[in-house]
Amino acid sequence: MDRTKGEVWVFAEQEEGKLSEVPFELLGKGRELADRLGVKLAAVVMGEGVEGLAAPLFEAGADIVHLIDDKALKVFRNKAYRHALVELVKECSPQIFIFGATHMGRDLAPAVASALKCGLTADCTDLQIGDYTDNRTKETFTNILQQIRPAFGGNIIATIVNARSWPQMATVREGVMKPLEKVAGRTGEIVRHEAKLEGVEIPVEVLEIVRKVSSVNLKGSRIIVAGGAGVGSKENFKLLHELAAALGGAVGASRAAVDLGYCEHERQIGQTGVTVRPALFISCGISGAVQHLAGMQDSQKIIAINTDKDAPIFKVAHYGIVGDLNTVVPMMIKAIKG
Amino acid sequence: MCNIIGGIYDIMLPMKGYNCVVCIKQVPDTKKVTGQAMKEDGTINRAALPAIFNPEDKNALEAALWVKETYGGTVTVITMGLPAATAILREALMCGADRAVLLTDRKAAGSDTLATSYILSQAVKKFNPDMVFCGRQAIDGDTAQVGPQIGEKLDCAVVTYLEKLEMDGDYAVATRDIGTGIEKCRAKLPALFTVTEKFGELRPFSMHRVMKYKNAEVEAMNCDDIGAEADRCGFAGSPTSVNKIVSVVLAGGDYKEVAPTAEGITSLVDELVKDHTIG
Repeated sequence: MDRTKGEVWVFAEQEEGKLSEVPFELLGKGRELADRLGVKLAAVVMGEGVEGLAAPLFEAGADIVHLIDDKALKVFRNKAYRHALVELVKECSPQIFIFGATHMGRDLAPAVASALKCGLTADCTDLQIGDYTDNRTKETFTNILQQIRPAFGGNIIATIVNARSWPQMATVREGVMKPLEKVAGRTGEIVRHEAKLEGVEIPVEVLEIVRKVSSVNLKGSRIIVAGGAGVGSKENFKLLHELAAALGGAVGASRAAVDLGYCEHERQIGQTGVTVRPALFISCGISGAVQHLAGMQDSQKIIAINTDKDAPIFKVAHYGIVGDLNTVVPMMIKAIKG
Repeated sequence: MCNIIGGIYDIMLPMKGYNCVVCIKQVPDTKKVTGQAMKEDGTINRAALPAIFNPEDKNALEAALWVKETYGGTVTVITMGLPAATAILREALMCGADRAVLLTDRKAAGSDTLATSYILSQAVKKFNPDMVFCGRQAIDGDTAQVGPQIGEKLDCAVVTYLEKLEMDGDYAVATRDIGTGIEKCRAKLPALFTVTEKFGELRPFSMHRVMKYKNAEVEAMNCDDIGAEADRCGFAGSPTSVNKIVSVVLAGGDYKEVAPTAEGITSLVDELVKDHTIG
């Protein structure tokens, strides 16, 4: 089969029969890639009793849903999922296969790539279709997946290609790609496959899962007030909570603030935390390390408050306030309430 | 392997313990990237950065040392890199590792995660371990791919994001972070674990070991020694290529200055209300 005619696949991860936001983000980007290549976009769903998940995936842009329904796939286990997926890839020959860079995606995708002996780029922040010329052989490849990701602690942005191995695989950072508007009633084709797990020993048994109940919803917030080391103390962080409450927003933090114990890890924004793009981001006492900027610089409006006028955060700011947050933030609260 | 040998041998060897291998990496300290570390062409001058023991590989080493301390056994550390990486092998010995191996070979240069995991898996196989530990990810690439890829090549149980461990004979009962929650699972040995900082900090050097190992020679191996096929190592064995690299230059700085006064703040808030950003 001509691999360049292969489908574009996204892995639609589910837990307890529910899809997270990630598959929808992947479909948004996947749609763009598939249209550019003139091929079909498919979502891969694995689990037990998960056929019902196909409908929302069609509404979010998928043309095809490849479904593997098997009781051995009820809970994610690397070996079972890997084995079933490798067989599926061999059978269907997709040209591109993308996963969310979630805990599951970062566990599964490398194992699948390893078994298929193909390339995999981790944590991409953008994907494009373009050409690639090998500098050594001068060979040119057309319509290759350009996998764009920060590297070296966020200090460089690298474009990676795997032009000679198929499928071209990548994991994509959560919260970066935009889902499409849902088209109610849009449907597609469900293709059922076997898990082919007979005789495969699965060496891991899941005993128990305790779900985290998160009270923090940074990704869903229109307004985020974030603090850094410059906030100075856990006590001072309350001021940011007050400002966020006045605006109906959420509180986030830089890694430095989390490391100092000013607030919980789940509020961390940046390369090792969440990526956000709210309508308004108010940055308080954050100097702006590249790792942090990578997680917030696409916010629509950024207000930076910092005592150091040379802090890198001002380079991404739309409004800059050079001053002490302990006086500026109360003034802001007052102005909003007034 | 820690198969149950059975019968009289169990009585003779009450504390056989676990044969653990830890894969570690020496990385440039990417948190220290400053202007001086950037070359004029925008690439990074690795030589200008301090080389350190990858942080989460220290947690992986701690996990192995904890297994040895609690259940008995041995700890072997392996690193793939230039001879300078001997420094982190010595650190591992000072903390309690029994054996240290430096995998160094020109053929390994330019390896991506697929080739790296192949080379490391070939080395790991030589030691026939019960348990393999890797850090979750290295701070220079942040891919978190090499661990699970070694696991696939060994075709053993793979447990990622390890936070806690208990042994039960030929099984490991592991607690791991799955992002949306915490999972407890039971993995049949041999198993590979990728370890996060939650497992706990690496124990300090022991004084007598510092004296003993500060200038210690370590075992060196090359691709032939571990039976690695040349076409699966280095550039030849790496399907990914870098097409382009751009250094992150913050161009902006074109922000609207707001005075830190009541008037300044009030007019800013008014502007944001007017354009419907707030309110």
